[in-house]
Amino acid sequence: MAGAGHIAGLTTAREAGLIACHRCGQVHDQQATECRRCHATLHSRKPDSLQKVWAWWLAGVITFIPANIYPMLITNTLVENSESTIIGGVVELIHYGSYGIAFIVFVASIIIPLGKFFAIAYLAISVQRRSNLNQHQRNHLFHVVEFIGRWSMIDVFVVAILSALVQLDTVASINPGIAAVNFALSVVFTMLSAQSFDPRLIWDADRAAAND
Amino acid sequence: METRQQTPYIGITVAIGGQLMLPLENLVACPQCDTLHAQTDVPDGAKAHCMRCGAAMVETRSTAITNVLSLALTSFVLMIAAVSFPFLDLSIGGQTNGTSVLGAVMAFSDTFSLPLAFAVAGFIVFLPLLRLGAIIAAVLPLVTHRTPGRFHRHAFGLAETLRPWSMAEIFIVGVSVALVKVAGLATISFGPAFWAFTLLVILTFFQDTLICRYSVWRALDTSRA
Repeated sequence: MAGAGHIAGLTTAREAGLIACHRCGQVHDQQATECRRCHATLHSRKPDSLQKVWAWWLAGVITFIPANIYPMLITNTLVENSESTIIGGVVELIHYGSYGIAFIVFVASIIIPLGKFFAIAYLAISVQRRSNLNQHQRNHLFHVVEFIGRWSMIDVFVVAILSALVQLDTVASINPGIAAVNFALSVVFTMLSAQSFDPRLIWDADRAAAND
Repeated sequence: METRQQTPYIGITVAIGGQLMLPLENLVACPQCDTLHAQTDVPDGAKAHCMRCGAAMVETRSTAITNVLSLALTSFVLMIAAVSFPFLDLSIGGQTNGTSVLGAVMAFSDTFSLPLAFAVAGFIVFLPLLRLGAIIAAVLPLVTHRTPGRFHRHAFGLAETLRPWSMAEIFIVGVSVALVKVAGLATISFGPAFWAFTLLVILTFFQDTLICRYSVWRALDTSRA
């Protein structure tokens, strides 16, 4: 039973007893440890890929919780002092009528991080078990996750610019809250989790199934 | 089969019954799915995809490397300008306050968030600068027709590793969001650094689309020359 990505006549470097450089594609025999073209360390597959994926994933999920509970911005004005969380910031933007910007912040700070947690977990589980999505779809999902993850950092930069700019001591001042640190950590951990995933595992699992 | 038919492949059958038909030097593996392909030259302007997973493997443009160098040099100068000049000014009821790019970094200089100040400085200024410097160092021998060495290959490897971590373009989107937040309450004026940074982001985008990693690696490879 051949999967959609299994085409007769195609051989992987691993099946041929070779090691391919994950960075530049140069093929080496099994004894090689360093790529002779780009000097990257050679691994047939990234070592302990799934373990690292899950470890960074868990760290990302844990730091995402305080990032949403604690304040992201602390605003002091003549009349009031207020603290706003990530969601609070989005609600504020909707009150001002900036629906487009509210949407961008909501997608970058809530939808993308949550989506990434689910997508990475799904990919990691799917290479160990059978999956309903074929490997082309999962390969595509991996690239979307890898591409989009860094964009969550938007909110951290918003806090940086607002805090630097709004420092008018008698009228108004804005300062970063502790959630900014947690949120940045969560984004970094999730990026590391995605980077630890070896996309070649998606195709290996299919080949194993096709050979059954 | 879900392979893309509109573009030429660099792949043909390279093994029959587990027996390799070609010497190692003529093989290249897809970095995404490990499938072996025969290394052949692709006509200028064409794109070659992996036969199994469809990942783009080769995109050739004869002028690309010279353009990459000039874009990287320009971006490098723009980044220096972006950190040296005033970035933004804000005024509310007669009171004004300005910030530079590094001022935005220093917003996190309170004790608890100091590590974040270093991280943000890296993401928006130092890692992009280091990456541009590495790209310049790597492609310089290719443009001046000198023999690239180990140093140049390490430099390009570094540029590739730094790619996800240089976030200048994300910073500029963050700035736009912040400006919308305060636009109703205050008057904003843009300094030269703001325009330098915006231009830098556009140039970096073009540079990253121009660069064909596979072609650069092949050009930097002197082992088979």
